[in-house]
Amino acid sequence: MNTSFGNIKAVAKRELIGYFSSPVAYVFLTMFLLLSGFFTFMVGRAPFFEFGQASLVTFFIWLPWLFLFLVPAVGMRLWSEERRLGTIELLLTMPITAWQAIVGKFLASWLFLALALFLTMPLVFTVNYLGSPDNGVIFCSYVGCLLMAGGYLAVSCLTSAITRNQVVSFILSVVGCLFLILAGFPPVTEFLSKLTNTQWIVDGAASLSVITHFEGFQKGVLDSRDLIFFLSLIGFSLFTTGVILRGHRAG
Amino acid sequence: MIRVQNLSKSFGPKIAVNGVSFTVDRGEVLGFLGPNGAGKSTTMRMITGFIPPSAGSVRIGEFDMIEQPIPAKRLIGYLPENAPAYTDMTVFGFLNFTAELRGLRGEEKKKSIHRVVEMCFLETVLYQSVDTLSKGYRHRTCFAQSIIHDPDVLVLDEPTDGLDPNQKHEVRGLIKRMGEKKAIVFSTHILEEVEAACTRAIIIDRGQIVANGTPFELKQRSDVAGAVTLRAGGVNGTTLGQKLSQLSSARKTTLLKEESSGVTARVFPQPNCRNGDLARGIYETAAREGWKIEELHTEEGRLDEVFRSITMPDTVREEQK
Repeated sequence: MNTSFGNIKAVAKRELIGYFSSPVAYVFLTMFLLLSGFFTFMVGRAPFFEFGQASLVTFFIWLPWLFLFLVPAVGMRLWSEERRLGTIELLLTMPITAWQAIVGKFLASWLFLALALFLTMPLVFTVNYLGSPDNGVIFCSYVGCLLMAGGYLAVSCLTSAITRNQVVSFILSVVGCLFLILAGFPPVTEFLSKLTNTQWIVDGAASLSVITHFEGFQKGVLDSRDLIFFLSLIGFSLFTTGVILRGHRAG
Repeated sequence: MIRVQNLSKSFGPKIAVNGVSFTVDRGEVLGFLGPNGAGKSTTMRMITGFIPPSAGSVRIGEFDMIEQPIPAKRLIGYLPENAPAYTDMTVFGFLNFTAELRGLRGEEKKKSIHRVVEMCFLETVLYQSVDTLSKGYRHRTCFAQSIIHDPDVLVLDEPTDGLDPNQKHEVRGLIKRMGEKKAIVFSTHILEEVEAACTRAIIIDRGQIVANGTPFELKQRSDVAGAVTLRAGGVNGTTLGQKLSQLSSARKTTLLKEESSGVTARVFPQPNCRNGDLARGIYETAAREGWKIEELHTEEGRLDEVFRSITMPDTVREEQK
């Protein structure tokens, strides 16, 4: 157990060094903070100041959409870059298992996204200065955001294993995440019910929606079903990543 | 240390490696030869556990690569083809990362990095980013990675590719020295390399082993092996040919070059003639006839010729006609 933790740590450390030794990390953090600030304060029917409540709803409501583009940008290189450079051959002939490499890489990117979320803390201070928000709800929303980012990231991880082209990987992962958002939307559910006419398929698809599961967190409810949804989304995607990587090697 | 049995790999309908078996013991350096696309890299990838074989087995030390990949991989150092390295890291960062994956920590890790940096002459670029390195340095960085844990088994896919002649010489020397204590397999296109560094060579073509022996044994399979080449003045080609054909140990004489200053010819021995008989016979004939011998030597055989006649038998036969 000790060595597997050490291996995961070594892989994760390398990945983080990779982010910060290239412009990726700085561009991402700047863009994320600028965009999230812009949407929170400027966009929508009732942005932050006009909303009339001491809450961060105007911030959190945008995140599923913002993450839709930004998280795949973080995850697109995870495996496609390894395959393009050929370093995957080094990594997987080291005395580590494939899942240690997969988990290590995933955790590093997740940690990076957590850092991005952490840098939005000034919003929390601001809203606390201006009024008295329900900090439990805010905390809960942050947990939800982190899980949602993890879900998107795991999907990006999967798509980056499919191709050695980062652009293809990015597009596939945006489409995948978009499906996860739209699955619960009325146009999609109506389309599905027309198409299949079976209720359980429609409900099944709708329950895949990230939005539905994220809503609970935004209300301050930590529902085990939502937790299980995100964790199993991550687990399933990482497992599939492993299967795809093994498939490439088996030829 | 390395035991490969009946190793096969097919990608869809294409058979890349077909029933390859060999062993490499400690103290041996095995040269892996073959034309492009013969299955060298695929075989090496299976030995190092990067791709699973379609059939057959690989044993490293006492561990089977499929049953116990982790302890087997621990024993191997691997330099993949084209020497891949993370371009966004410094040389030190890269070596540090691979040392950690090899389970080295603390003082031990520091010492190992120091050792390989010295061995591969990387001091001057240690804190430089990998993507700014020249090809030779990048190659050496990846090579350093493969020996960082002082492995018992080394698998090197074209270790001298992209190096300048001095660096090539250096790496060959390194391989030869390390080969005294390790089991090494390396692939190459350069045939002198095999003679310079290998104790044994395997030629692989279209996924199958077509020759296996010491470099000397392989050279013996060359047509010119055992033939005597001479250059002599004071005689013309026709007389020289006539006189030498009378020797009992000579099978055939071919003129290579005829100039006014002298004649260069190659004399091929009879199949059962003893070593040295032919050269002595030629020397005695020359002394008797009063030819001025300028050069006289027995050919060891040429590896490139053997290589070509084995891997491209049809074209070589055409040419000889």
